Amino acid sequence: MPEQLVFAMEVTLNGLMAGVLYALVALGFVLIYKASGIFNYAQGVLALFAAMTLVGIMQGQVPFSHLINAVFGGHVTHFGWNVPGVVAIALTVAVMVLLAWLVQVLVMKHLVGQEPIILFMATIGLAYFLEGVADLMWGSEIKTLDVGLPQGINLWIDETTFNIFGYGFFIDNLDIVATVIAALLVAGLVAFSQYTKQGRAMRAVADDHQAALSVGISLNFIWVLVWSVAGFVALVAGIVWGTKSGVQFSLSLIALKALPVLMLGGFTSIPGAIVGGLIIGVGEKLFEFAVGPLVGGATENWFAYVLALLFLVFRPQGLFGEKIIERV
Amino acid sequence: MLDNSLSYVTDDGRTIGGVVMEMKNITLRFGGVVAIQDISFDIREGEIRAIIGPNGAGKSSMLNVISGFYVPQEGEVLFHGKKRPPMRPYEVARQGIARTFQNIALFEGMSVLDNVMTGRLNYMKTGLFSQALWKGKAEAEETENREVVERIIDFLEIQHIRKTPVARLPYGLKKRVELARALAAEPKLLLLDEPMAGMNVEEKEDMSRFILDVNDEFGTTIALIEHDMGVVMDLSDRVVVMDYGKKIGDGTPDEVRNNQDVIDAYLGVSHD
Repeated sequence: MPEQLVFAMEVTLNGLMAGVLYALVALGFVLIYKASGIFNYAQGVLALFAAMTLVGIMQGQVPFSHLINAVFGGHVTHFGWNVPGVVAIALTVAVMVLLAWLVQVLVMKHLVGQEPIILFMATIGLAYFLEGVADLMWGSEIKTLDVGLPQGINLWIDETTFNIFGYGFFIDNLDIVATVIAALLVAGLVAFSQYTKQGRAMRAVADDHQAALSVGISLNFIWVLVWSVAGFVALVAGIVWGTKSGVQFSLSLIALKALPVLMLGGFTSIPGAIVGGLIIGVGEKLFEFAVGPLVGGATENWFAYVLALLFLVFRPQGLFGEKIIERV
Repeated sequence: MLDNSLSYVTDDGRTIGGVVMEMKNITLRFGGVVAIQDISFDIREGEIRAIIGPNGAGKSSMLNVISGFYVPQEGEVLFHGKKRPPMRPYEVARQGIARTFQNIALFEGMSVLDNVMTGRLNYMKTGLFSQALWKGKAEAEETENREVVERIIDFLEIQHIRKTPVARLPYGLKKRVELARALAAEPKLLLLDEPMAGMNVEEKEDMSRFILDVNDEFGTTIALIEHDMGVVMDLSDRVVVMDYGKKIGDGTPDEVRNNQDVIDAYLGVSHD
């Protein structure tokens, strides 16, 4: 087998793995957009907030310790215990649900029936507010997150591919685990929305508010539920990305990577988010592999956005999005 | 509870019971505009009650007051003899008041079956976690609800489109699916907002037959809005007539037909 083709295969595999991570972030956007028509700018910050909260709880940090110390002049920073990963994740989920409820009660509830742009602006405000709160609560230093996910090169794949191609593929264990987690998450979300009472109600609200009210669905409850689910997806994305590259402010910027994914997949489609993520992941890695050396590299920084731009021109509703038909 | 002292048997053998819903001196304003002015009427168990009037008379507003979409500034709504506090629409729906909309509000992305199933949401008691963990119970519940839904689908003769996404259906069938969804909730009171609007003669006849059959077969109490006088007079047991937000007539179709105010409103006598 020609060497180039083997390299391309490795690059494709790595691209698929990266794509899964993009898809994870994009999923959070799609969930909220489908159910409430809100483009949630804060989704990336939500992931940052979730990851910081998780690390904070695991390390037994005292929330708002800087603030407390500044006001009362103490020196508390830690409770002095470590919380095991599973318990910390459960607690973080609880925090995300509480946050979802606060967002609904304090912000979104008062903006029902407003223009989409107003709701979008509200989520921008929310993003900055949350970023500040996350800093104030847990401090702004870069933290490492380790909930026990395996990391490093997968030796089995390395050996197997070496025996076949005479060249060992470098595939990170964390990427493999992330793929499995993402698959489980998507399967769970699909099962939830298809087979449970709450899922059915969620789809109903996404489709028609008035009709949903008339069959006895509380919009408030469903929106808290949707924001909770989006918070949960953000937590999963935060765990994976945080483990990969540390929990820090730049985590909130992964949301920017999700935008081209949404342009490709459409804002309203869960399968679209996944396929879009994979296309972008594979596309940018292969492009870098094939064209990168000719133009001096770093094509990964812009490839996704150019692709998104092309889609905006030729297929604005994305691959799977609902076709926009205006009846006259 | 219901006061059954008023009950009587109609000519075609249906029993009309006591008052299910009573509207007392309802006034509804939007800013300076008075949509409903001091209107009172009642709806009795098992009857078909129509609210009619020319365009802009306040009929739809009245229906929205009953279903909780609007909260009147003055007046009382009594349901089963008890005063109803201001409620949100979903709370009203949970009390057993189902409705359809003038401009069809269906879940366009879902199949007919899924749409009708949403009418059963409030009968699904199993919680989120037991649905995930204890599959058997949730399945039994689903089967039970499916049976009710299938009976209604049969009854309204929409079996052949059970799996079709609603968005693909023609107007008349959509109206019927919406009726099916409302019926799936086994409502104590069914509100129909212009069930015949935009239909051709044949579709109107079908819909009339279904409304009569539903009332007859399930004993469902129905309140409907319509401005096609002919249809209403054939269907209903009693009629409220509204004009410019006021009640100008109330009684059996024959009484209403001979009421001078009603004749004036429909023939257009000048209001000065």
